[in-house]
Amino acid sequence: MNKLILGRYFPGDSWLHRLDPRAKLLAGVYFIFVLFLANNWETYLVLGLFTFAVMRLSDVKFGIYLRGVRPLIWLILFTVFLQILFTAGGEIYLDWGPITISEFGLINGVYIFCRFVMIIFISTVITLTTKPIDLTDAINILLRPLQKLRIPVDELSLMLSISLRFIPNLLDETQKVMDAQRARGTEFGEGSLFRQMKTLVPIFLPLFVSSLNRAEDMANAMEVRGYQSGEKRSIFRQLYWRRRDTLSLFIMILLTTLLIWLRTEGGIGH
Amino acid sequence: MDISFENVAYTYQPKTPFEHRAIHDLSFQVSSGTFVAIVGHTGSGKSTLIQHLNGLLRPTQGQVTIGDYQLSSDKKLKEMKELRRRVGVVFQYPEHQLFEETVAKDIAFGPANFGVDQAEIKKRTYEVIQAVQIPEDLLERSPFDLSGGQMRRVAIAGVLAMEPEVLVLDEPTAGLDPRGQKDIMDMFYRLHQEKNLTTVLVTHSMEDALHYADHVIILDHGTKYMEGKPAEVFVKKEELNKVQLDLPEVIQFIFKVEEKFGFRLTYRGQELSELAQELKELIRGADNHE
Repeated sequence: MNKLILGRYFPGDSWLHRLDPRAKLLAGVYFIFVLFLANNWETYLVLGLFTFAVMRLSDVKFGIYLRGVRPLIWLILFTVFLQILFTAGGEIYLDWGPITISEFGLINGVYIFCRFVMIIFISTVITLTTKPIDLTDAINILLRPLQKLRIPVDELSLMLSISLRFIPNLLDETQKVMDAQRARGTEFGEGSLFRQMKTLVPIFLPLFVSSLNRAEDMANAMEVRGYQSGEKRSIFRQLYWRRRDTLSLFIMILLTTLLIWLRTEGGIGH
Repeated sequence: MDISFENVAYTYQPKTPFEHRAIHDLSFQVSSGTFVAIVGHTGSGKSTLIQHLNGLLRPTQGQVTIGDYQLSSDKKLKEMKELRRRVGVVFQYPEHQLFEETVAKDIAFGPANFGVDQAEIKKRTYEVIQAVQIPEDLLERSPFDLSGGQMRRVAIAGVLAMEPEVLVLDEPTAGLDPRGQKDIMDMFYRLHQEKNLTTVLVTHSMEDALHYADHVIILDHGTKYMEGKPAEVFVKKEELNKVQLDLPEVIQFIFKVEEKFGFRLTYRGQELSELAQELKELIRGADNHE
């Protein structure tokens, strides 16, 4: 559990740390869409350099980003190999029944690998440099327009911020319950699949029960402090949009323009 | 079982930015049958220390010896299960670990994991519920229907049913009312004596440490600060204040008496009210002589 870098906040004071969370979130989501504009090696190079520059800006060591990719590496490689083995086209290097290793397959595989890694890097940059609480505020504000469609945005973001708030508690508690059951002779990760599943019951049940209890306590505590859903509330943590936030979005537009130009003009074979 | 720590250190998440050194240079020895109290401010490493006693954590440096079992960073212990059976740990808020349908099944969970047969489990169940004072008719009830105090007793019974030789208690009375606190502590003390257990108590309560323990170890910032007999350790006011600990009430009382009347009461495990009575009689006696 401690290996998980994705979704963790890393205190710091870099340019990125000070960026408004709304700007970061918008730019991050936008970047994932922009990734799909890339279709040749020049565009991937530009995106790669951009990602690297953003990572440098965050003041977080490169090794930490690599650790963020590590838990997902098998999933990525699996997809990449499927792509390589089952894509036909271009020069063919190996043909063996339904499996073909071809030029297009190899190129596509490499592209998909880069795309995955860049998505993970950029989302890690966002979570490493933004406090979870700021992220929920940003999500809340960005989703505001949906209120017109009668979607309960405030409630959703409240649920989101409560969930985020309790993830560490729940992890702590999981660890404690596991320790307690291990002290009573449970051995995790041993024996047949069925036996391993059975050892999960002594963890899940206590966690489930304590979550229910906690939900009840929390609902009561909120109610006595005057919380009522659907009521207009003021905001304690104000977010401020500054010049650098506009600048960051402007950079994204520049990047898009560059990519579109490379796609049509600069690419090989065009 | 004898317990010994030799230059033990433990670091959480080593070689990451979240690295945290919980204990270091920790050495002490506890001989079999001792009631030892481990006292220290929040974050002094008490709970980390406890997890070394049954192999939940392995020291990153140094060596922990419990009976014939040795834990060190370089090799994994083969008889881990046997060690866990012989060292019973009652964690903080143990009622949070209950999960079975009935109280009886939950108590049986530990022994069953260690391969104790059904008849023996049944025998032990009746013994332990008497020790923790749970009425027999609760055995078939769901543990979640019980009161907080009863749930804790059931959880403790579940550990006792393993018949450990070393009993480790991590703040067993936290969150209980004063009556419940005393009942539970008295129960542990009785068990300690009857079954000749080695008991390790982690506590914030100087009173409990003074009252029950034979030996006190005071931790500060992950290492041993002081150790000795409670009556010797708990009179060192300045040293204790330095690590944000207070003297137990009875000792404070004895000091106040000395300050005011010029004579010292001797502590022999009395309660505050008994000491007050003693003082009253002494003063009366002195008056009569004049």
